[in-house]
Amino acid sequence: MPSQREIRRRIGSARNIKQITRAMQFVAASKLRRAQESTLAARPYREKLDEVIADLAAVLSGSDHPLLASRDLAGSHSRLIVILTSDRGLAGALNTNVVRYASREIIDHPGELKVATVGRKGRDAMRRIGLPIAAHFEGFGDRPSFADTLPLARLVTDDFVAGTYDRVDVVYSRFISTLTQQPVLEQLLPVVPSEDTHGIPGNQFLFEPNPGEFLRALLPRYVATRLFQAVLEAKASEESSRMVAMKNATENAEELIDDLTLSYNKVRQANITREMVEIASGAQAR
Amino acid sequence: MPLHLEIVTPERMAYSDDVDMVLVPGIEGEMGILPHHTPLVSLLGLGELKIRKGGQEESFAIVGGFLQVRPDKVVVMAETASLASEIDLERAQEARREAQRALESGFHEGVDLASARAAMQQALLHIRVAERHRREGPRSRG
Repeated sequence: MPSQREIRRRIGSARNIKQITRAMQFVAASKLRRAQESTLAARPYREKLDEVIADLAAVLSGSDHPLLASRDLAGSHSRLIVILTSDRGLAGALNTNVVRYASREIIDHPGELKVATVGRKGRDAMRRIGLPIAAHFEGFGDRPSFADTLPLARLVTDDFVAGTYDRVDVVYSRFISTLTQQPVLEQLLPVVPSEDTHGIPGNQFLFEPNPGEFLRALLPRYVATRLFQAVLEAKASEESSRMVAMKNATENAEELIDDLTLSYNKVRQANITREMVEIASGAQAR
Repeated sequence: MPLHLEIVTPERMAYSDDVDMVLVPGIEGEMGILPHHTPLVSLLGLGELKIRKGGQEESFAIVGGFLQVRPDKVVVMAETASLASEIDLERAQEARREAQRALESGFHEGVDLASARAAMQQALLHIRVAERHRREGPRSRG
């Protein structure tokens, strides 16, 4: 049986932990609110670009823009996977899930492959696995702006156009709700237009100044937008995952404190009883 | 038939409403768009976007991006879009001074000239749009 003092010390440290995890839980909750708002606010832009690309699908398929070039994937091809994780830990299973998801994809499709990591956790994991890291970005802070993610977008588009990679994917955790985040893989390059749903064939559109120049501006922008959206989703996932993890930790600490308090009282009671027995037997012996 | 106008930027939805007419700063000059316009996609320049609706006029300072026009709908995907009445004139002037400093020091300190120039253009646009808005107030047309 541990001594009274020992138990008291452990209660104290459990209390300290509880205070910290609770503070982290509230911080994550307020950051989550912001991250969620900006994720939702950014969705329309991406959807509009999606629509434009879908509308122009007919024109796109006839175009030989380098970002559309679907190269022969049967032969030797090289691939880049962009992995979005967080810089800081204590976010539950979030980073583990993303890394595991990416690893499975890598194992299932062996071949020449590099990764680009965003967030320290992803980089550390890839280093441990021993995959070549083509580029690394520290996370984009609490409020990622579109401009923050542009360098990453430019890097992948430039490398794709230069022929360094034949395909670029991004793996991140999609924010579904506070309790659910889903790791997903999206193909970033080459650009694949989605189905046209508006019924105006692309070839009926007038282009200003001309189709070539329009696509030259639109496609890199589209890639950057999808990356930005992924970064926002990953951010919202991180904060919600951290919030839930810290809530659990706080509850566990509370439970631990209750258990320890109970055994503290037991030990104290046992000590009192023992002392009384000692006094009583001492008095009898006289 | 009303013309539905949406203005979106990477960070938010800036405007969504039915309007009578919209004047857009296209890359090759200003375009006036009324309902039943031919389907069109265009690059956007930098300038003032004017919305006419029920005799009222509103304006946005628009920087770059894309425009898609369908007969009943106009979608403006701009890099930034600021409503004239919400532009902070003092901040725009501060941004202009900052850009000015960057441009002047750029040649020996290796400042990114292209982005300084873009910042300058944007600041000048914001000042122009905000000053016009201040002068004329929310305009109504007869």
